[in-house]
Amino acid sequence: MNLKLRVWRQKNADTEGHYVDYPATNISPDMSFLEMLDVVNEDLIQRGEEPIAFDSDCREGICGTCSLVINGIPHGHLRGTTVCQLHLRHFADGDSITLEPWRARPFPVLKDLVVDRTAFDRILQAGGFISVSTGQANDGNATPIPKDIAEKAMDAAACIGCGACVATCKNASAMLFVSAKVSHLGLLPQGKWEQDRRVSHMVKQMDAEGFGNCTNIGACEIVCPKNVSVDFIGRMNRDYGFALLKAQFSH
Amino acid sequence: MKLDAKIPSGPLDKKWDRYRLEMKLVSPINKRKFTIIVVGSGLAGASAAASLAELGFQVKCFCFQDSPRRAHSIAAQGGINAAKNYQNDGDSVYRLFYDTIKGGDFRSREANVYRLAQVSSSVIDQCVAQGVPFAREYGGLLANRSFGGAQVSRTFYARGQTGQQLLLGAYQALLRQVAAGGVKMFPRTEMLDLVVIDGQAKGIVARNLISGEITSHAADVVVLATGGYANVFYLSTNAKGSNVTAIWRAYKRGAAIANPCYTQIHPTCIPVSGEHQSKLTLMSESLRNDGRIWVPKKKDDSRPAREIPEAERDYFLERKYPSYGNLAPRDISSRAAKEMCDQGLGVGPGKRGVYLGFADAIKRLGEKVIFERYSNLLEMYERITGDDAMKGPMRIYPAPHYAMGGTWVDYDLMSTIPGLFVIGEANFSDHGANRLGASALMQGLADGYFILPYTISNHLARLKSSMPATDHPEFQRVESEVRERLSRLLSIKGKRTASSLHRELGKVLWEQCGMARSESGLQDALKKIPALREEFWKTVNVPGEGQDLNQSLEQAGRVADFMEFAELLCLDALERRESCGGHFRVEFQTAEGEAQRDDEHFSHVTAWAYQGPGKAPLACQEPLVYEEVKLAQRSYK
Repeated sequence: MNLKLRVWRQKNADTEGHYVDYPATNISPDMSFLEMLDVVNEDLIQRGEEPIAFDSDCREGICGTCSLVINGIPHGHLRGTTVCQLHLRHFADGDSITLEPWRARPFPVLKDLVVDRTAFDRILQAGGFISVSTGQANDGNATPIPKDIAEKAMDAAACIGCGACVATCKNASAMLFVSAKVSHLGLLPQGKWEQDRRVSHMVKQMDAEGFGNCTNIGACEIVCPKNVSVDFIGRMNRDYGFALLKAQFSH
Repeated sequence: MKLDAKIPSGPLDKKWDRYRLEMKLVSPINKRKFTIIVVGSGLAGASAAASLAELGFQVKCFCFQDSPRRAHSIAAQGGINAAKNYQNDGDSVYRLFYDTIKGGDFRSREANVYRLAQVSSSVIDQCVAQGVPFAREYGGLLANRSFGGAQVSRTFYARGQTGQQLLLGAYQALLRQVAAGGVKMFPRTEMLDLVVIDGQAKGIVARNLISGEITSHAADVVVLATGGYANVFYLSTNAKGSNVTAIWRAYKRGAAIANPCYTQIHPTCIPVSGEHQSKLTLMSESLRNDGRIWVPKKKDDSRPAREIPEAERDYFLERKYPSYGNLAPRDISSRAAKEMCDQGLGVGPGKRGVYLGFADAIKRLGEKVIFERYSNLLEMYERITGDDAMKGPMRIYPAPHYAMGGTWVDYDLMSTIPGLFVIGEANFSDHGANRLGASALMQGLADGYFILPYTISNHLARLKSSMPATDHPEFQRVESEVRERLSRLLSIKGKRTASSLHRELGKVLWEQCGMARSESGLQDALKKIPALREEFWKTVNVPGEGQDLNQSLEQAGRVADFMEFAELLCLDALERRESCGGHFRVEFQTAEGEAQRDDEHFSHVTAWAYQGPGKAPLACQEPLVYEEVKLAQRSYK
């Protein structure tokens, strides 16, 4: 099959970007989307041009590195899928495809389709952990955790930190990402002791990074490659409210 | 070079206790005076960096990914072993130790493996405390499943994303230390060389992958946790970025590489679909708990799998290895699948594939249970192939997956360069000639959480030299070498891409040094590789410039190192004239086609020491002394 690509090219963070058209010819429908870009890039290199810079690593949908907006949708139109797991059998011969980087102020473009997502690391640094040092743990079975709670924590913990939720949100809100971590840790008995501190610090850092507010549209859940539920946002709002109240009354 | 493993004396089960009793400690006020560089942020690197910073050391941690959370440990699916014996099924530290030694075909170091089994339980405890959402039973207690090469259920798991959850645990511990000021994190920064001063590893030279800036970083000791080299085959289950560069540059500065020919070919991966393939995807070994592996009994059977009646199917693993069946170890299962395909019984395009079906498990347990157990794997399979494995069997084929070989380390996990420690998959120490499933996660975390923090303290407490400044002439010299190499890569501007050359290298390795190796094949590879390397340095085209985010340049540098490393791998495979674990030499097999070890001549580790450009590397031997275990022919029948 043949495709028409329209790709965002930007030399670096300080220069303006623009779209460039590239044909992708003789493409197999069994290719992944990124393998198709590999083919386009090989061709560009052969012609002495600079290949399109894009991020990817594991190429099996778990590392969260790949990050392309395909025809306006982060990770493309197939639900519950990262770009690396999106195969061309879901496109038709002759399709026009526009490729853009994640677009959000806290994720500056570094080059072409590559963005800087270190803001996510800084939010987790503010409280996305359980304060236990190596060697301090008691036996793994000392604290039973009901199966449904463990499963729910796992649902939240499945977040791969790719940033698609931010990229699709009209407010560039990071609420789905932040609430997934707050819920994962807060649901577990090991993590509940510092939940107030955690949620307050993480929300503060999220705001400081410039992510926008949540207006309950739910677009984030739709594009999330791991189907993380917006219910966690409600849960975090509640935790955040309680933390504020408790702080108020403890003075 | 003399290899001293520095194994503590005394009975096997007392060695580690004794080590800890006799080791030297660094006092709390002195810890902050030491700087430790950790390269890599996977399970081994992140757990080490976090644990060392918790102790009070100053840690600098480097990763080439945009965040430490993306290290390839994240892709591990099935689980992590530990000798908890929560299932009351006869497990113990000794049994885990023995299974690991036997699984490795008696080619690993007894003392290291025993220690690994000893600390395995603490690893699970630590992960639970960090909030790793392991699978649980209705009573709230931890669940287990079985993995290849074991007859007990000792594998802990978090759906099919165990590696992800364990890595996030370690990553969160790491970030906690970043926030506390104990760790300085350098993402998108790639180590390009090691700096050795007066015989001691004292720093690294790295490239900032965004700006292209080359910088020097000094430390008291350097830890490499840079993973394995399976991407030397081009197509493997590793991430695109996984590479051999860090341990290869360390090799050229004096850190010997041990048993590079021990590579693991994993039996259950999705087969290659075409020339465009950029990587292969693993389907977790946990599928073999419920899936049965088979091929049609008749050659060229063109019927769809569902229409082939039971009597005309050959469940070859169950037939050949009745006591382990579909849970035979990886090396054995992979070879069996290859054998079937070599006999013309393979299925799918190109006939390089075998079936793995759930029909019987679905009959026994129902669709819902099977779907719940393997949902993410079934989804992944569907994404890649477009087929629903609940309706018909999966097609699978072996693919390069893991490197048992790696930098030689002693009992302290220190390489042949004093002050250079190597942990996780990057070292050679625990898995012998074949790794059992769910043991990589165990080793990475054991090294980082519970072994390195002790052995590194012991080293630092005795350390006489201090940390150099980065304006030391040696840093300047190494920096200029790094720069020169990068500009050379950029200046060739030939006709070929690094990818196409890498693909060609991978083909040579897969054909001549993959699941079956022969004297003549290896000799052929040893002729082809240097020629291909020469072609690389004449014809590679690296567009763009060095002072920029330049993915082609990153890739070309890694491929250049694979081009050199591949030769060492084949040389090691040639010199090991026996079959053991993942290293199968066709000349050495039993009448039934199983690996034939030669304990009289090859019960040793071969560590290769670099002798300078153009010179043959020196093979050094560390004899494997078994005090506890009796060597036996490995049988899973």
